Amino acid sequence: MYKYDQYDQSIVDARVAEFRDQVERRLAGEITEDQFKPLRLQNGLYLQLHAYMLRVAIPYGTLNSKQMKMLAHIARKYDRDYGHFTTRQNIQYNWIQLDQTPDLLEELASVEMHAIQTSGNCIRNISSDQYAGAAADEVTDPRPWAELLRQWSTFHPEFAHLPRKFKFAVIASEEDRAAMRLHDIGIQLVRNDAGELGARFFVGGGMGRTPMIGPMVRDFVPADDLISYAEACLRVYNRYGRRDNKYKARIKILVHELGKDEYTRQVEEEFKHIKTLNLDPPKAELERITTFFQDPDYDLSASDDLDLSDPDFAIWVDQNVKTHKQSGYAIANISLKPIGGIPGDATSVQIDVMADLAKEYSFDELRVTHAQNIVLPHVKKSDLYTLWQKLDEAELATPNLDLISDMIACPGLDYCSLANARSIPVAQKIATRFADVGKQKELGELKLKISGCINACGHHHAGHIGILGVDRKGVENYQLSLGGSGAEDVSLAKITGPGFDEDGIVDAVEKATNVYLEQREGDERFVDTYRRVGMAPFKEALYD
Amino acid sequence: MTDIFSLRDDSPVTETPVSIEEFLGGNATAVRIEVGEDARQLLPYLDRIALVEISFPAFTDGRGYSAARVLREADYTGELRAQGDVLLDQIRYMHRCGFDSFAPEKPLEADQVDAVLKRFDAVYQSTVDGQNPVWALRHGG
Repeated sequence: MYKYDQYDQSIVDARVAEFRDQVERRLAGEITEDQFKPLRLQNGLYLQLHAYMLRVAIPYGTLNSKQMKMLAHIARKYDRDYGHFTTRQNIQYNWIQLDQTPDLLEELASVEMHAIQTSGNCIRNISSDQYAGAAADEVTDPRPWAELLRQWSTFHPEFAHLPRKFKFAVIASEEDRAAMRLHDIGIQLVRNDAGELGARFFVGGGMGRTPMIGPMVRDFVPADDLISYAEACLRVYNRYGRRDNKYKARIKILVHELGKDEYTRQVEEEFKHIKTLNLDPPKAELERITTFFQDPDYDLSASDDLDLSDPDFAIWVDQNVKTHKQSGYAIANISLKPIGGIPGDATSVQIDVMADLAKEYSFDELRVTHAQNIVLPHVKKSDLYTLWQKLDEAELATPNLDLISDMIACPGLDYCSLANARSIPVAQKIATRFADVGKQKELGELKLKISGCINACGHHHAGHIGILGVDRKGVENYQLSLGGSGAEDVSLAKITGPGFDEDGIVDAVEKATNVYLEQREGDERFVDTYRRVGMAPFKEALYD
Repeated sequence: MTDIFSLRDDSPVTETPVSIEEFLGGNATAVRIEVGEDARQLLPYLDRIALVEISFPAFTDGRGYSAARVLREADYTGELRAQGDVLLDQIRYMHRCGFDSFAPEKPLEADQVDAVLKRFDAVYQSTVDGQNPVWALRHGG
């Protein structure tokens, strides 16, 4: 994992001091709430329905047990004993007192963490593949590149007041586990014919009220040009992105309105100029960062055998454990989606347990996934059974990864000041309807995603089944959509028709899954069947 | 007229800046860029410009940062003034993008500006302010 040097630490420490000063000036009335708002937002502090919400950055979703323990400590000391892991691989706390935030940030800084740029119209936390460094299918570990971008984007003076927020994702395999093409800039690391690593740039993807899949603007940006090229992409956006309408201000609208070719032409022209300015760190910097992401000290003689005689353990392994690149090791997914729970929430006790287990069984490393789960990336297969038992004791062994109850859901109207409808109760009711794991496994991979408003924080456009909560004359109403995907088969879901009430949407989901069970062929997933048969049979079942 | 807060050694230009259109059609030496106008239009004339004033109608509108850098990257050395909704908490970003004078709607306190500019010893990016980014410091730059 990356470790701060004196420079990284001094920047984070200075940020704490700066924010302390800003909070003091706000509390003293020296600056107005309007002036304070973008300052607190660039530090991840939102004013929600009931209280301040603080979002803490977990760069590319990677953290160690000491950092995870700090997250538990913060939940206990500053919040109501729990935290919520988010689709940007961050964590947020819902009940924060403004005057305590400087102390909270100081505690975070003591374990090399911060809340810098986790909100606001700036470059947000860089997300990545949660299996980075452990996946067999990656061309390289994408995290050093993500770290290089993290440093470049931190307090970037030109891009602190963009038209709108800006999200990067970096992956390094064909399988896309990070919804890369639904980002403002998605980067896929690839090798060229000469065997060199470079970045394929996709620009202008995103969800929100106008979902778009990012087109490729350059198929290979060498490591030496990464920063310059990103700078060119951002400068064109900062200069020409729309600022007249908040809902048309994301880069996807600019790329769409200019057309991919014209946007690309402008970027290439800007890049040609920027490249002359020597803004790119030397290769030695990427190499320095890469040294922090070396393989852990695997036991090369570890056995690949796994005793699956305990049926409950076997179910968990089958669903939640993924192949590791190193024989004798596995990737263990910890579901934060217990049946009837709040997707992505974990108590301080659970966060502590996960930290301890990471230390004992996963070379001190954890990952947060964009699907709001936790990963222990490097577990020896011979430790899996003990690990599972300990997870089970902490109610962290729900065997539902990528099944219908492994939902993404935004906080919705229970917390969020933007929401039109509640997401959490709908998620809970659907999970309860499909509680039986056998029933869920029968349905196979089924990505269900719920947003409580059109801003789409719950990724409903990318759901095999998507649900959007809207307000219809003061009543919560839920629209159903089908056929989306945030993976390498990226697609945007299509709405089925008129919406449903809270109980109606649960029935509608079940009807849609029944159509799938009737129509599927071979080992088709839900989304494959939908793509083959189209909307008609689903509509018929839903609205007749 | 608003007080000018300058970080330059010379005194602020007193000439009233003219619009880009007027500037291109005449021989003024002070010019004002409104948001949305292309700073690159000025690049052929940088030798004769003593002041470029860039407008910030709202501090949340960040176009002026790019305009400033574009000018400095073309080796403009005259006064570069941020005018409008210019607030203490944006001064450091502005300075790093090449602004060296400020005409804020509400006056800035010198000691506070000084504190803000000194707050961060280290920066991650190479910009036009000449400060060595940490990647350069790490690799003997």
